[in-house]
Amino acid sequence: MANEKSMPASAFLRRRYRAEKRFKAYCIGALGLALLFLVLFFADMISQGYSAFVQTELQIDFAYNEETVDFPQSALADDVYPLVSRAWFRNVPRAVQNNPELMGTTQTIWVTADADIDQFRKGHRDNLPDDRLATLQRLDDQGRVAYKFNSNFFTHGDSKIPTNAGLWSAFVGTLYVMLVTLIISFPIGVMTAIYLQEFAPDNRLTQGIEININNLAAVPSILFGLLGLAIFINFFGVPRSSALAGGLTLSLMTLPVIIISTRAALRAVPQNIRHGALAVGASRWQSVRDHVLPASLPGILTGTIIGIAQAMGETAPLLIIGMIAYIPEAPDGITQAATVLPAQIFTWAGMPDRAYVERTAAAILVLLGLLIFMNSVAVYLRHRFERRW
Amino acid sequence: MAAIAFYLGRRKALLSGTGGVRLHSRPQQYGTYVAVWMAIPALAIGIIAAAASLLHLRVPSAPFVFAFCMAGAAVGLGYALRQVEPSMRARTAIERFIQFLLFGASLISILTTLGIIVSILFESLKFFNQVSLWSFLTGTTWSPVATYREGQQVADSLFGSVPLFAGTFMITLIAMCVAIPVGLLSAIFMAEYAPYKVRTVAKPMLEILAGIPTVVYGFFAAITVSPLVVEAAEAFGLEASYTNALAPGLVMGIMIIPFISSLSDDVINAVPNSLREGAYALGATKSETIKHIILPAAFPGIMAAALLGVSRALGETMIVVMAAGLRANLTANPLEDMTTVTVRIVAALTGDQAFDSTETLSAFALGLVLFVVTLILNLVSIIVIRKFRQNYE
Repeated sequence: MANEKSMPASAFLRRRYRAEKRFKAYCIGALGLALLFLVLFFADMISQGYSAFVQTELQIDFAYNEETVDFPQSALADDVYPLVSRAWFRNVPRAVQNNPELMGTTQTIWVTADADIDQFRKGHRDNLPDDRLATLQRLDDQGRVAYKFNSNFFTHGDSKIPTNAGLWSAFVGTLYVMLVTLIISFPIGVMTAIYLQEFAPDNRLTQGIEININNLAAVPSILFGLLGLAIFINFFGVPRSSALAGGLTLSLMTLPVIIISTRAALRAVPQNIRHGALAVGASRWQSVRDHVLPASLPGILTGTIIGIAQAMGETAPLLIIGMIAYIPEAPDGITQAATVLPAQIFTWAGMPDRAYVERTAAAILVLLGLLIFMNSVAVYLRHRFERRW
Repeated sequence: MAAIAFYLGRRKALLSGTGGVRLHSRPQQYGTYVAVWMAIPALAIGIIAAAASLLHLRVPSAPFVFAFCMAGAAVGLGYALRQVEPSMRARTAIERFIQFLLFGASLISILTTLGIIVSILFESLKFFNQVSLWSFLTGTTWSPVATYREGQQVADSLFGSVPLFAGTFMITLIAMCVAIPVGLLSAIFMAEYAPYKVRTVAKPMLEILAGIPTVVYGFFAAITVSPLVVEAAEAFGLEASYTNALAPGLVMGIMIIPFISSLSDDVINAVPNSLREGAYALGATKSETIKHIILPAAFPGIMAAALLGVSRALGETMIVVMAAGLRANLTANPLEDMTTVTVRIVAALTGDQAFDSTETLSAFALGLVLFVVTLILNLVSIIVIRKFRQNYE
């Protein structure tokens, strides 16, 4: 800019316009970059995870009799049985118990293939031992190898055998934890917001509470885990890794989100409504209960759903209170050890077996799908019931 | 029981009202009044008994406690029923009770903060009994020796936290180098340039980035970004660790973009239009207006947004747990593996350590430092944003 005085005015103007264009391009570029990250991220997750929704299955002839129930491997040819998932063999006695008519018959059934075979067919694994490769080739030629929908992934709990591992117990755990979180944080959050917005005098104490809530919303989540460990588990004796401990911890984290959004919803209700209610003789509580709350309900629900969705993706505090235990069976109650979807993702991400990588990515897709669904419900509620005053 | 009390109170009010005397409040309010009076003593006794049993005091048996609750309920009921008469202001009493209840709820948030402070502080004090504060804050070696039994020697363990802070700040710095320019420029675009339609699409898209769980970012950083960083480094002839600090830093930056952009967007929108129009009237181009008028006016708010972003980066756990190293390493090279405060907290608390071991306690000391630092950052930015809003409102 040193020589701008000596420049002809038109040249200077051109330079300024160029600067303008450049700056706008930077801004668009930044936004584009952020959106590009988003696209890349989703593309990466989908490309890694989609293959876990199907699983290689083999068609075999299985003769059910006393011997094969005790040693299911013996029913198959020596070259075929290493191709079948160990988890399937393990379930043979139970299948017979549930359905005694199977005894003495020979069934042609599709069974889950071993994880190595599955990974090889999906191209995640370069080589197989020659004999297995030959057998696989032979079965394939007979039309006895196919991809089938991986229902284990949704109906089974965690397992050390990758083909048997599923999300069911994590799903049930998430449900319990979210239930506890909702039951605790919703009433307390809404009550706090009503107090601060409708009743509280504007003094030091309420300002302190307000700043405190804003700060709590930004406190690192791992510190809530330390609180849960020291207070809920060590002091109050809540069972470690239980859904109750997780729910209590997460509800404290969700509180500020619910309070802040409820206050915003209450603030959006015009004063006229309150004055109208007071004018016909309602008390302050009556005006809040009968007029302000119903009018702000959509906003409150939206905020609650967003808060719960946030809690659903939270992992760090749950790690601290021990919710990364190996949980093969879904818990029956809130005091039993449980795991949640993000914790299950974390556990699988740490597994050395290649077959868990696609399962981790698939679990991520399921979690993201749930979160996007919840957030769209929130957005829909907001649009459907929002009233402009 | 509450229903019976409600009914009794309402009936008495109605009966006394039939004499032609005007009731002060609605009949059901008398009912609620009586029910509340009955419930409070019973619940209070129950809660005291539960608290006492938690503190391992001597508590009478459950039937006894129950009988006691009932007696309390009866006394409350009797008292409240005697109170009910037409001139009694049941509505005011209920109102006061509800306000009290709401106030109690709002204290929970304060209790949460206190709970965090107390839980961290107590364990930290135990830690500092064993390790001096000075060696904790200035030591450059972090090598806890696993102690599985209580009372084992800890002489060989070193708890110098400098390399952890160095790692934390390095990753935070990388994250902010991504998040601040991208977040701020996108906010400027959306607030000043973007047509309404682009804005309504782009804003929720950016918010998706904020809604992705951190464990998912961690997986992305560890499985996808880290190998890319290693390959890129090899292309330049550099050697990078698979648990380098760059990958988690970059991914954390992506995560923080929406925080910076949505806060800056709000702040930029809060700058009054008269300032913009004044600049345009003097012949300034849009970018000149933004650079010389709007950004300086919005500066405190943008600073506050950046501080909140830093606070979030410091406390972020899952990304670094999954993608950064475990080894405390004091280095300035982001391609080497480094560890952070949060990683060590998780490592100390998820191992098989005795709860009283020094390493477990060190997690709380690290948590204390983390809490204090993020508290300062949060408070500064909250207060700045409040002041900023008040200035332009």
